[in-house]
Amino acid sequence: MKKHILILLLAIFPATSFAAGGGVQLDAAPIDINDKDSIKRGAKSFVDNCFSCHSAYFMRFNRIAKDTGMDETELREMLIFTRDKKGEATKSGDLMKAAMTEEYAKSAFGTAVPDLSLTARARGADWLYTYLRTFYVDENRPTGMNNLAFPDVAMPNVLMNLQGVNKAVYADDGHGGNKIEGLEKIQPGSMTTEEFDAFTADLVNFMVYLAEPVQAERRSMGWKVLLFLAIFFVFAYLLKKEYWKDVH
Amino acid sequence: MGKLLGWVDDRFPLMKMWNEHLAEYYTPKNFNFWYFFGSLALLVLVIQIVSGIFLTMHYKPDAELAFASVEHIMRDVPYGWLIRYIHSTGATAFFIVVYLHMFRGLMYGSYKKPRELIWLFGMFIYLALMAEAFMGYLLPWGQMSYWGAQVIISLFSAIPVIGDDLTLWIRGDFVISDATLNRFFALHVVALPFVIVFLVIAHILALHEVGSNNPDGVEIKKNKDSKGVPLDGIPFHPYYTVKDIAGVAVFLFFFSVVLFYFPDGGGYFLEHANFIASDPLKTPAHIAPVWYFTPFYAILRAVPDKLMGVGAMGAAIVVLFFLPWIDRCKVKSIRYRSVIYKANLTVFAVTFVVLGWLAMQPVTDTITNLSRLFTLLYFAFFVVLFVTSKNEKTKPVPDRVTS
Repeated sequence: MKKHILILLLAIFPATSFAAGGGVQLDAAPIDINDKDSIKRGAKSFVDNCFSCHSAYFMRFNRIAKDTGMDETELREMLIFTRDKKGEATKSGDLMKAAMTEEYAKSAFGTAVPDLSLTARARGADWLYTYLRTFYVDENRPTGMNNLAFPDVAMPNVLMNLQGVNKAVYADDGHGGNKIEGLEKIQPGSMTTEEFDAFTADLVNFMVYLAEPVQAERRSMGWKVLLFLAIFFVFAYLLKKEYWKDVH
Repeated sequence: MGKLLGWVDDRFPLMKMWNEHLAEYYTPKNFNFWYFFGSLALLVLVIQIVSGIFLTMHYKPDAELAFASVEHIMRDVPYGWLIRYIHSTGATAFFIVVYLHMFRGLMYGSYKKPRELIWLFGMFIYLALMAEAFMGYLLPWGQMSYWGAQVIISLFSAIPVIGDDLTLWIRGDFVISDATLNRFFALHVVALPFVIVFLVIAHILALHEVGSNNPDGVEIKKNKDSKGVPLDGIPFHPYYTVKDIAGVAVFLFFFSVVLFYFPDGGGYFLEHANFIASDPLKTPAHIAPVWYFTPFYAILRAVPDKLMGVGAMGAAIVVLFFLPWIDRCKVKSIRYRSVIYKANLTVFAVTFVVLGWLAMQPVTDTITNLSRLFTLLYFAFFVVLFVTSKNEKTKPVPDRVTS
């Protein structure tokens, strides 16, 4: 029943691609929002790799704990490493504010570092999944890196140690222009390509959760409401029939 | 209980109103599918008002706080996400229901004598609803809120002489700013809801004065029994109340599917760019209004000159007000009207949908040319209707309703 509705609605609202610039073909992110372990792994990766610079300022640490089934100790060990202004350890109910200040970010990268709370809703999971995996060497950029999904991005490839280094492979498009055909690994990282893809998928899964923490809850509430309405309709219909018997 | 009722009735026309508008309001017995959307529109209005009240308790109409307060509602307020999605889904549902309700009027000639005022009140409701939706969309203070408002308000600057001063007056500032957000909030939560509720009351009072039309376009008041009850009429309550309850269940089912499974409607109900906080320095690559405004936006874009474009867009809405006088055919229902009218109305319905689609596409020569073609088709409906309806070849209308 649930599945049929989903299929029907997917047919009505075709998934719209919303690539934000860089006309690159997006890879479908292999994520599952109901996979709590994946979200946990992604949260860990997020805190380890993104959270030094990027805030997730609409999110509270303990919300992640609640939604993925962590206790306070586990939460502290896995996700909370920062201290507040008074020098005390960040409280578990605090909003996820990055350590880096906005002024420092501007001086280091020439631009403000965006908050990542809603990035998955603004850009889409597929875009994130593609973006995080398509950095390549570009001598003309200040960071020495460019990106297929986000051309001339200011962010360096912070996952380089894991992913390794890619270079662009150019195809002759017949007009003398250089169109990038694909990427090729020129230096291995600590992960294989498959491992890194799985790592990125977990991270993207977490970011999709982060953008709308209530997703799992609303889906599970949804079918109960639909079931109630379906049963309610049967009674409403029978009532109508009963009343309308004498109308000819 | 009966005593209490008597006490009230001596002081207030409670039973009188109950009878006039429900228990002894005689309604044609042959209403079909299309007649659900009036009561559904009323239901959505109530849903919007109630969910809106709860949102107002947590929302902050302040340029510094607005965006974050919406996320606060989505994350920290218990069931805030549910209330917010009910309200955003309700906006879409409102327009779907109202468009179908208006199309019903076109099919069965419900705007014709003696129901011209019902149609006019309805058109004013539609106008107020568009203003309400537009101002509400600014409140989340995302990129599309900001830039959508920027585009729409700047349209007023096309008006000669007073244009620039007028836009300044509307915004309350030289750009969209905190001042704009605050006044839109006031209009959205206080002023326009009052206007809409008042107009809805007028719409229903006018309807109950003359009685409902029906799919046959037959006046049921022409055939009454000895007690003065229309032969083809049944009391609205309980017959249509129980029927509408079944309709409400079906409607809420579809409403809930969107609410719980597709709250952003693939980017059509909640646009993706609106999950980025508004930034006066960064214009989004592609500014498109929410789906319910797109047919008129396509007409605006189709005309090369800004003033003419605004004029055409305004005319596309204004012309609807005059339908009761543009359509000169005496026969109401499409069932007994000519092939020309049937074809004309079909083309019009298709045109409206195609225009909506065109406005969501990035501008290319093909899209612009198509927009122009369909803009002409939109207005052609009214011209063809005016010319052909005077001496239309109609079928004989039965005395009594058919089914």
